[in-house]
Amino acid sequence: MAKSNKPLVWGPFAAGGTLTAFLTPALIALTLLAGFGQVPEGLSYERLHGFAAHWLAKVALVVVIGLSLWSAAHRLRITCYDLGVRADAAVAALVYAGALAGTGAAVLYLLRI
Amino acid sequence: MTELCILRYNPETDDEPRFQSYEVPYREDWVVLDALNYIKENLDPTLSYRWSCHMAVCGSCGMMINQEPKLACKAFLRDYQGVIRVEPLRHFPIERDLVTVIDDFMAKLARVRPYLIPKDVKALEAGEYRQTPAELKRFKQYSMCINCMLCYAACPEYGLIPKYIGPAAIALAHRWNQDSRDAGREQRQEALAAKEGVWECSFVGACSEVCPEHVDPAGAIQQVKIRSTVDWYQEHLMPWLKK
Amino acid sequence: MSRRPYEREITSEWIFRHPRYLRYMVREFSCLFIGGYALLMVVGLERLSQGPAAWQGFLQALQSPASIAFHLVALAFSVYHSVTWFNLTPKAIPLPFISAAHYAGWVAVSIAVLWLAGVV
Repeated sequence: MAKSNKPLVWGPFAAGGTLTAFLTPALIALTLLAGFGQVPEGLSYERLHGFAAHWLAKVALVVVIGLSLWSAAHRLRITCYDLGVRADAAVAALVYAGALAGTGAAVLYLLRI
Repeated sequence: MTELCILRYNPETDDEPRFQSYEVPYREDWVVLDALNYIKENLDPTLSYRWSCHMAVCGSCGMMINQEPKLACKAFLRDYQGVIRVEPLRHFPIERDLVTVIDDFMAKLARVRPYLIPKDVKALEAGEYRQTPAELKRFKQYSMCINCMLCYAACPEYGLIPKYIGPAAIALAHRWNQDSRDAGREQRQEALAAKEGVWECSFVGACSEVCPEHVDPAGAIQQVKIRSTVDWYQEHLMPWLKK
Repeated sequence: MSRRPYEREITSEWIFRHPRYLRYMVREFSCLFIGGYALLMVVGLERLSQGPAAWQGFLQALQSPASIAFHLVALAFSVYHSVTWFNLTPKAIPLPFISAAHYAGWVAVSIAVLWLAGVV
């Protein structure tokens, strides 16, 4: 039985799960406040655009979005199997491609800022 | 009186298992195993089940009691209300009545090499291995496994993926990996780091919840996952590094 | 005597066999909302890159009932993910105070984010 290449997929999942555990609730709180009409100062166009213009912020945003999407994709793949969907290879291809596509899109938009 | 509803199966006469009810006396200090023994001795000698020590150390009497994996000798009648449903341990084929086919687990256990693999063979004259209490603590809890297989019955991934090596096998491999006298981790990785090794675990954690000896196989599995992941990235990104 | 072992069928009923399996599925389902929120961030970046008017439109859209509902549900699932993740960490990394350190870190990171955004 050969050693699996699962760590390639699991490593980013574990990193993303840890990152989202620390960060996501606070981020949701920010856009939720905006939803109630109380837009935080940091989400104003000037502040946010200024922030995202810096290359370091771009890297940070890609990492946060990329790892969040990847860990969600991996969990979704496992959940599908738990629910009885047997076509694991197909589900895996779909979810990971989706995560990479979302990350790619983020990179694209950030390059325009 | 208490009613036990037991899943029966006779391979010679039955196409399918079916439930059969028995009325047994209610005793404050009885466990389900006592009820089964009463049935066998007084009501129905054809009832088949495994048991031995009657004190939760041999691991023989694992079965589903009200759909929970439990040792029959540790499930007290007084803790249940109404009819007590008794079935063979889930995720294993039924041999007969409450007896399951455990070959799969036995094979997996052997595959993880659950024995000491020292670096060099030590001559008898060299004396005993010495360990500090701290070194003992690293593996002691994993050595408490009694091979009762309740964890396999509780694990939904083992139910969905029969090839999965399973909690107890991994916990026992981890017991030896953590032992300071042992040098066999690489050899055990063949079985553990394979796809059907630790990687089918999705950390449900049911295994640790049902374990009668508090081995915490879930913890052992995650630790092996992390170590295997570090190994993998090291092998692929920095192959020149010796482990 | 002949052997004829009987294999019981595996269905999805295991999810409802005990509360712990249901809690596990709830934890797993959090991925839909955490992934969903990450996609929202991607859309936000798109609007941000399109200029102030587009960004204003995005902020406006956040005020819709659908957006508020999504945020509330996502927040609940996200917190559930955090709590379950931190509670399981000591099993994977058996170091003393690791759980307390993670919760403290969560508080610190959250305050830092809110402070940087000018909320606190």
